[in-house]
Amino acid sequence: MAEGESASWRPRIVAFCCHYCAYTAADLAGAARLQYSPSVEIVRIPCTGKVDVIFLLKAFTSGADGVYVAGCLDGDCHFISGNIRAKARIAAAKNLLAEAGLEPERLEMFQLSAAEGDRFRLLADEMTARIAKMGPSPIAKRATGE
Amino acid sequence: MKSGSNLEKVLAAGQFAVTAELGPPKGSDLEVIKKKAAFLKGVADAVNITDNQTAIVRMSSMAAACAAIQNGLEPVMQMVCRDRNRIAMQSDLFGAVAGGIRNCLFISGDHPKSGNHPEAKIVYDIDSIQALAMAKRMRDEGKVLCGEEIEGKMPLFIGAAWTPLGDPLEIRPLRLAKKVDAGADFIQTQAVYDIKAFGKQMKVAGDLGLLDKVKILVGVIPLKGVGMARYMQKNVPGVTVPESLVKRLKDAGKEAAPEEGIKITVELIQKLREMPGVAGVHIMAIEWEHRVKEIVEAAGLLPRPTV
Amino acid sequence: MIVAERKPYEEIRAMLAPYKKVLVFGCGGCVTVCATGGQKEAEILAEELKLTDAKDGVSREYVVKTVERQCEREFLAEAASEIGAVDAVLSLACGAGVNLLAEAYPKPAVLPAMNTTFLGVNDSPGVWVERCKGCGDCILHTTGGICPVARCSKNILNGPCGGTHDGKCEVSDEIDCVWALIVKRLTETNALDGYRRIVPPKDWRRGGHGGPRKMTREELIK
Repeated sequence: MAEGESASWRPRIVAFCCHYCAYTAADLAGAARLQYSPSVEIVRIPCTGKVDVIFLLKAFTSGADGVYVAGCLDGDCHFISGNIRAKARIAAAKNLLAEAGLEPERLEMFQLSAAEGDRFRLLADEMTARIAKMGPSPIAKRATGE
Repeated sequence: MKSGSNLEKVLAAGQFAVTAELGPPKGSDLEVIKKKAAFLKGVADAVNITDNQTAIVRMSSMAAACAAIQNGLEPVMQMVCRDRNRIAMQSDLFGAVAGGIRNCLFISGDHPKSGNHPEAKIVYDIDSIQALAMAKRMRDEGKVLCGEEIEGKMPLFIGAAWTPLGDPLEIRPLRLAKKVDAGADFIQTQAVYDIKAFGKQMKVAGDLGLLDKVKILVGVIPLKGVGMARYMQKNVPGVTVPESLVKRLKDAGKEAAPEEGIKITVELIQKLREMPGVAGVHIMAIEWEHRVKEIVEAAGLLPRPTV
Repeated sequence: MIVAERKPYEEIRAMLAPYKKVLVFGCGGCVTVCATGGQKEAEILAEELKLTDAKDGVSREYVVKTVERQCEREFLAEAASEIGAVDAVLSLACGAGVNLLAEAYPKPAVLPAMNTTFLGVNDSPGVWVERCKGCGDCILHTTGGICPVARCSKNILNGPCGGTHDGKCEVSDEIDCVWALIVKRLTETNALDGYRRIVPPKDWRRGGHGGPRKMTREELIK
């Protein structure tokens, strides 16, 4: 268990992963039987450029404690610049989270290549540890009646 | 005579005119005016009373001009377009003439953003050129803007400002032409340090036939040091300070720079006296009113003529 | 288009305080075009508000809807049932839409989520700039299509003033001196002779200084 986790609470993390890089890296991790945090729920998207700010906010209002978007490295995006747009949107969404009263660190964007199965594992565990330390999001707290 | 003012008479007599500037107090303290007036009495043919300059609230130009008269000066009232609409402007001109004011300079006015009340609603109902035409009509036709007759006469010597080296350079002589067309009797320019560049603009003005129609007093601002020179170059639109002058101030050293600055001012005035079409100088000694006398004297312009 | 910006978040929170059921009401018109008050932005605002409610322990219900335009009663009517079911409508329309909403639906509290600012255009992606002041007496044919009423900080009609520096306005280095632009345009199109003409004082009544304005098309009145 990560620091902050208790028997009654595990972080719920949604990871929007682009098909071409991040999801493939996740597949590679799976094929290599690499163990990573079960708190991460993967959502496959064609490209991180598909991510709209509303998806990220709705993930939080639906109960996620943390959200990350994983996409290709600069220059590797299958759709040329989807990842660049995503970066700008995640930055804007962080500001909205801060405005709404949530820690902007609950949201992150990571970039990796399809070959980086091990890095996928590392990022999943890193984010889980980060969120576990921060504790449940206010929505989640409310849902559990804490 | 359009107004019978001392400034008008001096210029009409072909004498090289001298005007200076007096900033009213940031309040009701008449002692400030008394003190500054004492420095300027007998030193200039008329003294400009600024109108909430840089949009910082000060005693109104009209009130301060009346106080200046009581302290033995002939004022040039300044009226900006920023704070008053046409109703207030015409109304204030009635009051100004009634109070003995005979010279009035119409300018746009610095935008409130640089002042102490940046949230204020700007007026700018009419612009400076429309204001010149308005004043001329009041004086020569005895009518206000809407065509109604004025009760009494409006003897005014009408002034406008000119930024000869402003950006865009090519339009500045044409804009001067508009001011002359509108009714300007005299012009006071923004500070000039670059005689050569100014000369070129004056030539264009001459070619447009303007120099026969209007009396131009060239602005001079004494430089206290390199810092001030750099500040003016950087922050005052339309003012260029040639490197040669900056070098002189630098070489003089910090202690002696103000004296060198005064020397430079006197030289500028002497050069301007020789330039065709220049009818006088307008000395804006910012926070240095007590040194105007020595500048005017060193330039050989004392005593001021009695006309 | 009419450009409006979303009000500071805290101001919106404070406005919503007395209300329990709120319609977050987007507008598909101008505010969608300047990306501040359309369907997307309405949904995003609603989610933000829910997050803050959870954090502050506030219990409030939100409904989100967007109509084509809020400046037309027929379009507002499409949201009639939602409007009727809430105690406050947080409208993301410009001030005109908010006014009409209040007029057409007097019952719920009507709250403006936006500060409406100017009539403008999209200069480049993400940037909108003011281009028209609605002065009611257009002179663009005399100034090469460049408006001094909207773009001159001092509304000068016989410009430029002495504050121009490097083609920029006295007020800010980010604002072009519109008269420098006009002069350039007139020079390039050989239309500078008109410059010397003195433009007379403006009749500001047509620009709204004579009271709120109205426009009618007689043949369309039923």
